[in-house]
Amino acid sequence: MQDITEKRLNENDIELHFIQSNKYKTINIVAKLKAPLERETITKRALLPYILKQGTKSYPTRKELQLKLDDLYGAILSVDGGKKGENHILTFRLELANPKFIPEETSIIKEGIALLSEFIFHSNSNNNAFDETVFDREKETLKQKMSAIQDDKMQYANMRLIDEMCQDEPYSLHVHGYEEDLNSLTSEDLYSYYQSLLQDNQMDIYVLGDFNEEEIKSEMITSMNRGSVNVLDRQEVTKKEITEPKEIIEKQNVQQAKLHIGYRTNTYFKDEDYYALQVFNGIFGAFPSSKLFINVREKNSLAYYASSRMESHKGLLFVFSGIAPEDFEKARDIIREQLTAMRNGDFTETNLSETKELICNQMLETMDHPQGLIELLYQQVVGEKTIDPDEIISQIKSVTKEQVIQVAQKIEEDTVYLLTSGGGQENE
Amino acid sequence: MNKQTYDEIAETLYTEKLDNGLTVFLLPKPEMAKTYGIFTTNYGSIDQTFVPIGQTEKITVPEGIAHFLEHKLFEKEDHDVFADFGKQGASANAFTSFTKTAYLFSATNHIEKNVETLINFVQDPYFSEQSVEKEKGIIGQEIKMYDDQPDWQSFMGTIKAMFKNHPINIDIAGTVESISKITKDDLYTCYYTFYHPENMTLFIAGNFNPEQMMNLIKINQASKEFKKMEEINRNLPDEPKEVAMKEHQIKMPVSVPKCTVGIKESSKELSGEEFLKKDLLQNMIVDYYFSKGGSFYQKLYQEKLIDDSFYFETTLDKNYGYTLIGSNSDNPELFSKKVKELLLSTRNETIKEEDFNRMKKKKIGRLLRSMNSLEFMANKYTHYYISKVDLFDIIPTVQALKLDEANQFLNEWIEEERLAVCTISSK
Repeated sequence: MQDITEKRLNENDIELHFIQSNKYKTINIVAKLKAPLERETITKRALLPYILKQGTKSYPTRKELQLKLDDLYGAILSVDGGKKGENHILTFRLELANPKFIPEETSIIKEGIALLSEFIFHSNSNNNAFDETVFDREKETLKQKMSAIQDDKMQYANMRLIDEMCQDEPYSLHVHGYEEDLNSLTSEDLYSYYQSLLQDNQMDIYVLGDFNEEEIKSEMITSMNRGSVNVLDRQEVTKKEITEPKEIIEKQNVQQAKLHIGYRTNTYFKDEDYYALQVFNGIFGAFPSSKLFINVREKNSLAYYASSRMESHKGLLFVFSGIAPEDFEKARDIIREQLTAMRNGDFTETNLSETKELICNQMLETMDHPQGLIELLYQQVVGEKTIDPDEIISQIKSVTKEQVIQVAQKIEEDTVYLLTSGGGQENE
Repeated sequence: MNKQTYDEIAETLYTEKLDNGLTVFLLPKPEMAKTYGIFTTNYGSIDQTFVPIGQTEKITVPEGIAHFLEHKLFEKEDHDVFADFGKQGASANAFTSFTKTAYLFSATNHIEKNVETLINFVQDPYFSEQSVEKEKGIIGQEIKMYDDQPDWQSFMGTIKAMFKNHPINIDIAGTVESISKITKDDLYTCYYTFYHPENMTLFIAGNFNPEQMMNLIKINQASKEFKKMEEINRNLPDEPKEVAMKEHQIKMPVSVPKCTVGIKESSKELSGEEFLKKDLLQNMIVDYYFSKGGSFYQKLYQEKLIDDSFYFETTLDKNYGYTLIGSNSDNPELFSKKVKELLLSTRNETIKEEDFNRMKKKKIGRLLRSMNSLEFMANKYTHYYISKVDLFDIIPTVQALKLDEANQFLNEWIEEERLAVCTISSK
C-alpha cells in the first residue's frame, strides 16, 4: 500500500495540489470553485454547468467538444455543482488515460490540460453572453431536473426534511436552484456572473496519478490563469437553537413510506471530537452492523433500508428509512430508542473497536478511488483543517467509549419527516 | 497455479481450477490498500426450470428464488454473516442478476480471514421455516421499493416487451405473491444444484500474496466434501426472434414520461472471439450514434425529444442480448418514433475509417479507466470468463477490429420486428 503525499503550491491565486500515485491507469485533474451558499447565486450556479458542457471557445458545440474528448482516448470532462456545508462548490473534472499504457501517444496530457483550461475559463460565448439557443435549452434541462426530484422519493423526502429543518438557513437552499429565479435570468446576467465567479471564488486544482511532476507543473502554471483576483470572504456557519422538535407528515401516492429524521450534532469537521462523532455514526447507523439496521430492519423486519449519514461542515445528522406506512410510530420510536441507547453508552467495547475498524477500512478504500481521494483531501479545504490521512486514522483509532457518549449527548433531534401513502388516490 | 502477465496493462493474474471444480483467480495489486473478493455462481433469476442435482425430472421453482436464496445465505443458525465481516473490518454485499448470484467483500485488513469467511458462509447454508417466513417481509418491502421506482419499472417494462418466453422477463426479486410460496426445501434444492464448486468462480483482487492465498483456498476446499457434479440441465424455452410487444404502456405517477426503445439482439449462444466481437461492436456502434458526440444524439437533442436523463446501454450475455435507449421526454411517442427511424436508417449507413479509429481510441481509453477499479476487474473478468473471453485481452482485440467488420455488423444490426417501446406515464 502507498502513502499519500500531497504537494501544495499557490500559483496565479490558484491552490495547486499534486498527488503522485501508481494505483491508477488514468490521470485525474479536478478543479474546485468555492463560494458561499446564497439564494442570489444558487440558481445561476445550478444552471452554469449545463451550459459550460455545451462547448468551449475552440470547440463551440457539444458535438465538437465530445469528438475531441473521444479522440483523446475517451477522456472524460465534466462539471457539476454541490453543497458542502454552507458553501457551494463547482467541480470541473478531467480524466485522461495515462499515456504510459498507450505507447504511441505522447500529447494526451498537454492537450488535455489545455482543453480543461478552456473548459473552465473560456466557454463558448459572444458579446458577453452565452449562445441564446443553448441558454434557453439548458434552462429547460434544469427545470426538468427540478421536477424530476418528485420521482425519486428518497431524494424528495431528504430535500423536504432539509426544507423544514433548516428553514431560513442557507443550507436549505435547493442545489438545483429555483424556477422563479430561473425564469427571470438572462444569458447576459449569467455570463457576467460566470466572469465574476472566475475571479472571486476560491480555486483549488488537484492533479492525481502517475505523472512527471515538473512537466505537468509547468503545463498547469501556463494554462491555468485566472487574471485579477478578489476572493470572497468566508462565512461562518449559521447555527440554530432548537426549541421543540418538529414533526411533518406529507401524503402522496406511494407504496412505501419514507421516514427521515434530522438532528443537529453540534460537532464540526474542525472540532477535536469530530472523530468521536464519526465513530458514533458508525455504531448508530452507517453500516449494516449498526444499531439502526439491526434494530429497525433485522429484529423488527420494519424496513428495507435504515441508515444514517452525517454532514460534517454544517453539523447535521440524518436518519433514512423506508417503511410500511402503518409502521410509522413503531419505527420512529425504535429509531429514538437507538439514540437514547447511544447516549446511555449502551454499546460494547467490541462494537466500538469493530466500528473503528470499519471506518478506517472505508477511508482506506475511498483513498484507492481517484475521485474519492480528491474529495477526501478537499474536505480539509472546506473544513479549514489540514490533517494527514494517516493522522485521521490514528485519531479514529484512539476514540474512547466515553468520548462517543459525550458526542451522542450533544446531538439533538430537530425534525421528523414522514412521506406516506394516502395522497393522490385516497385508499383509506 | 498458472501465472499470466499482461505487460501492456501491467497486470498479473494467477489461475487454478481446484480438484472439486472451483475456478480461482487471483489478481495481486500491492499498491492498493484494499482487497476485493467475489464468489460467483453461474445461477440467476433466469434459472427457473431445471433438473435438480441427483434427480432426473425437471422442476420449476417460484419466481424470485435465486434472489431470496442470496438474502438467506447471510443468516446462519446463531449468527449473521454481515456481523462476522463487520468484526473483521470488512464490508460485505451480494447481488443477484439475471444470470449470476455473487457474494462479495472488501477490506483493508484481516484479508485471509475475510476470504475464509466469504467461502465458508456461501458453502454452509442454513435455512429454517421460521427464517424463511421472516425474510418474506423484508423482501416484500424491497419489491415495493422497486414498484415505486420509475427507472426500474421502465427497465423491466422494456425487457418484458422484448422477451416473450425467455425467463429474463420475470422480475429478479419475484413478486410478493411468488415469494410467498418459497419454502426452505425449495431453497435447499436450488442451493445444492447451483452452488456446487464446479458451477462457481472465486476472484480475489488487491493487496495480498498470491502463493499464500492460493494455498489457503486449497486447504479450505480440500477439507469439504461435495457430491459429484453432472452438467446442470437448464431448461430455456425457445425465444422467437421478434419482440413480444411492440408497445408497452405502464401507468404510474411520474412528473415527466419515460420512454425506452429496446433492441432485442439475437439470442444465439456465442463464445470466445465471436462473443467478444459482437459485444464490442454492439457497444461501440450504439455509442458512436447515441453518445453526446453522435449524430443521432444530436438530432434527438435538437428536436427537443430528450433531456439530461437520456441514456443507452448494451448487454450481451450467454443466451440473450439487448440494447436500451431511453430518456425522460414530454413527447414519448415522437421520441420513440424518431429513435426507431434513426435505428432503421443504419442499414444503409457506412462508418468512415477516421471515425472508426476514434471509436477504437475511446473504447481503449475507457477500458483503461474502468481498470482503475478492483471491482470492475473482478466482476467483468468473471462475466467474460463464462463466455470464454479474457477481459485482459480485450484491448488488443479492439486494436485489431477491422472497419469492414463494423460496417457489416451495422448493416445487419437493426430489424423492425426486433424493436420494442416501453412508455411510463401518469395519464
